[in-house]
Amino acid sequence: MLLTALVVIGIILILISVFSISDNLIQIEAQKEGIDTQKTNLSLIPSFKDLFSPSLPSYVDKNKLHRLKKGMNINIAGGAASVVSDANVARYAVRPQLYRGLSPIPKMEVAEGDEVLAGQVLFFDKKNPNVKFVSPVSGEVVEIRRGAKRAISHVIILGDKTQRYMQHTPPSINNASREEIVEYMQASGGWTLINQRPFDIIAETEVIPENIFISTFNTAPLSADMNLIIEGKEEAFQHGLTVLSKLTDGKVILGLDGRGTTEPNTAYTNATGVEKHWFNGKHPAGNVGVQIHHTRPIKGGNSVWTLKPEDVAAIGQLFLSGTYDASKVVAIAGSDVVDPQHYRTYKGASITELTKDCVPEGETLRYISGNVLTGEQVDKEDFLNDKHNLVSVVKEGDNYELFGWLLPIKPRPSASGTFPNFILKNHEFEVDTNTHGEERAFVVTGQYEDVLPMDIYPQHLMKAILTGDIERMEGLGINELSEEDVALCEFTCTSKQPLQEILRDGLDMMREQA
Amino acid sequence: MGLLSFLQKIEPDKKKSPFLHTLYDGFFTFAYAPKTVTKGGVHIRDGMDLKRTMVFVVLAMQLCYVFGTYNIGHQHFDAIGMYPGFLEGFHLKLVHGLIKLLPIFIATHVVGLGIEFWFAAKKGHPIEEGFLVSGALIPLIMPPDIPIWILCVAVAFAVILGKEAFGGTGMNIWNIALLARVFVFFAYPTSISGDEVWVSGFEKVAPGMAVDYGWAHGMFNSLFEWGKMATFDTGAVIHDAFSGATPLALASKGGWSAVTEQFTVSQMWWGTIPGSIGESSKPLVLIGAAILLITRVASWRIMFSMFLGCSAMGLAFNAWGATPFMEVPWFYHFYIGSFFFAMAYMATDPVTATSTNTGKWIYGFMIGAIGLLIRVFNPAYPEGWMLAILFLNTFAPLIDYYVLDANMKRRSAKASNSSAMIMRDADNVNEKNITHA
Repeated sequence: MLLTALVVIGIILILISVFSISDNLIQIEAQKEGIDTQKTNLSLIPSFKDLFSPSLPSYVDKNKLHRLKKGMNINIAGGAASVVSDANVARYAVRPQLYRGLSPIPKMEVAEGDEVLAGQVLFFDKKNPNVKFVSPVSGEVVEIRRGAKRAISHVIILGDKTQRYMQHTPPSINNASREEIVEYMQASGGWTLINQRPFDIIAETEVIPENIFISTFNTAPLSADMNLIIEGKEEAFQHGLTVLSKLTDGKVILGLDGRGTTEPNTAYTNATGVEKHWFNGKHPAGNVGVQIHHTRPIKGGNSVWTLKPEDVAAIGQLFLSGTYDASKVVAIAGSDVVDPQHYRTYKGASITELTKDCVPEGETLRYISGNVLTGEQVDKEDFLNDKHNLVSVVKEGDNYELFGWLLPIKPRPSASGTFPNFILKNHEFEVDTNTHGEERAFVVTGQYEDVLPMDIYPQHLMKAILTGDIERMEGLGINELSEEDVALCEFTCTSKQPLQEILRDGLDMMREQA
Repeated sequence: MGLLSFLQKIEPDKKKSPFLHTLYDGFFTFAYAPKTVTKGGVHIRDGMDLKRTMVFVVLAMQLCYVFGTYNIGHQHFDAIGMYPGFLEGFHLKLVHGLIKLLPIFIATHVVGLGIEFWFAAKKGHPIEEGFLVSGALIPLIMPPDIPIWILCVAVAFAVILGKEAFGGTGMNIWNIALLARVFVFFAYPTSISGDEVWVSGFEKVAPGMAVDYGWAHGMFNSLFEWGKMATFDTGAVIHDAFSGATPLALASKGGWSAVTEQFTVSQMWWGTIPGSIGESSKPLVLIGAAILLITRVASWRIMFSMFLGCSAMGLAFNAWGATPFMEVPWFYHFYIGSFFFAMAYMATDPVTATSTNTGKWIYGFMIGAIGLLIRVFNPAYPEGWMLAILFLNTFAPLIDYYVLDANMKRRSAKASNSSAMIMRDADNVNEKNITHA
């Protein structure tokens, strides 16, 4: 009896050792060949991950799939329907203050009352005169609004019913040198569409980015559908990718939606000349910063560029037809919006005109250009931020609630297990802007790490920023972060700390040092 | 709303009477969630705030309070030799327990909250909720007969020197409740150690000593007589075979056999044993721990690693077996003393524990191991959790420092590693996949 048991155990042990040795030999061979062993599964035994994780549709390339476990989706009521109507907007504004690093009083090339074409130069920075800022629409410059200390806050244009475009002659992409491409982009207004990380500034002319990253899906609450945004611009998008690949020595990396719920637009899945990566996970899986971290993290003093798909299409259009296409698809969403959907308009559209038909008067509402986590609070008289494709409308929560912190009347989105939100998995929450608590010192730990899928310790980074310890900030990875990455951490923060503000202060400190 | 407008009318002026204003603000924000809206940064905030976190911890402890009250009475009558059954003399036990517990509870909160309110008024910031939990914990870790003046001095010490001196809630290095206890431990050791302090209601705990009832007992006696229920017997004395030793004290002197002579395993598990007020009933403490784990208020890493640490050290001692105490089987160490209470409420305090997840594993494991080490080796006092937790509180920043240091080294290694690889093989970049956090 004992003998047979020992023999059986011996046979099992031999088989296990044979399997594991051959497995290891295969891995060693593969590494010699240069195949990435962690992306492609070469072992004899199927990996647990593939066996037990939910199956994904076939369009997702499993070898380039990144599964992100941390994060949190916030389901808010009033998501925009997947239809696109034309918006009836006449006024548009270009805001110099949206561009970090621009001097407060740029040199204006137009005055009030001038007629401009779409793509015509409006102003430029005296410190960087080659980079021109252009008009998104054709029409008349009705107002050049100045803010504090005579800084220019808005250049407001009354748009024409039919757009007239400034015509440029683009260089041929196959023959042109990098300098010629850069020169053309700076003169035609395409350069300002590029965002440079770290610090989120306008791309610097002397810097060659290590890589260029584009995220093709947005996981933020109520965000617009990026598949709709690129419809009709597929050729321009591909051409834009080709242009961008000439501007970097590294790769153009496309982040695709691997969550399996909707198939991405063929413009994204069929893009050529780029490295495609699929991301599966909760918000912030769609954030370009998170995608950078998991593909080619920013190192040391290097810079990378990030762009939105619609801006890639605009750059492509500049090189295809020589005209500046500032059209964009904007979603207007929120539980108070009547019939929330997507609208077609141009950059810098007036919020009043966008929302006048779909948001009823009455309750105190907050208009946000962008999503509820990272967006900018705007007046109704204000204008859409160029970087945003969403107007979120939420109720102001400035009312007292009896024992509201203990027994809320309506369900609230929360990362905490003290709310019975597990029974409300697919519930769409009605949110308001109440802080649900007062600001306190950091007490709870481990909260931020749960919603940030990066190898960074956010709370310690925040403390390093608050104490102004530059070395520690850099060591803890501040250069990999942008405000949108810590926005979810700020949402879940029990102590109601202003994390995005702290991070911005830290990034400004780092930029001054550089 | 009527109540709201009334409350808003009686608000004291912030400049003329800052203390009253702080007091008012504390109670007002307890009743009404403030109406501040977000400004800059995120526009919507999570429904969870610090008040809610603290209240859930306090709620998790309530079962310990209920049982602790009962147990104070049960131990008292056990010493006299009356009402041995669980339900016998239930009203007497509860009332006796309340008479002992309420002064401790009220004194803790009046002193602690009073000091907190005063500091908040002085600094001009709203009252912070940290003391809700400390104030709920301190009565549970004190012996039932602790002199109230000693308790007040201890609470004052803990709050002023342990918390406010460092900057208030979120800034303290050491666990406040444990600081109060350790103050009594070192300054007035006879009131918190030995075999005589764990049973209440007697002038001296020795066979033949008489009960010591006060005016409160007399008041309830008249109530009970009117209700035709059993009353407190002022002539009762401690029976001859009684010793006030806790299972832990017995184990340290004579090993597990000495414990089982006086107490059954079931008694130790369910908690009808002498000890600090809230620590004895293991299932109730574990229910509280489960509440904290399910709602993710407390860290499961600290609890689990503390359990592992204590088990590992217990097994090591069982293997060594030099003294009878070391020979106590490792799983019985959880039945005696206050391991589960320390694990659920003391070690998991987020402010004083390590803040990194890796650090929490190390922190919990060391508390478990060192606590048991102190328990077995300490000749004077056979319990180690308070000292182990305070010790690890001191080293928590150091543990975090090294975890963060490893993170920073990993980041710079990735930087130099990848650039070297790119230089080596430009066409076929073989990058290492980063851990998907």
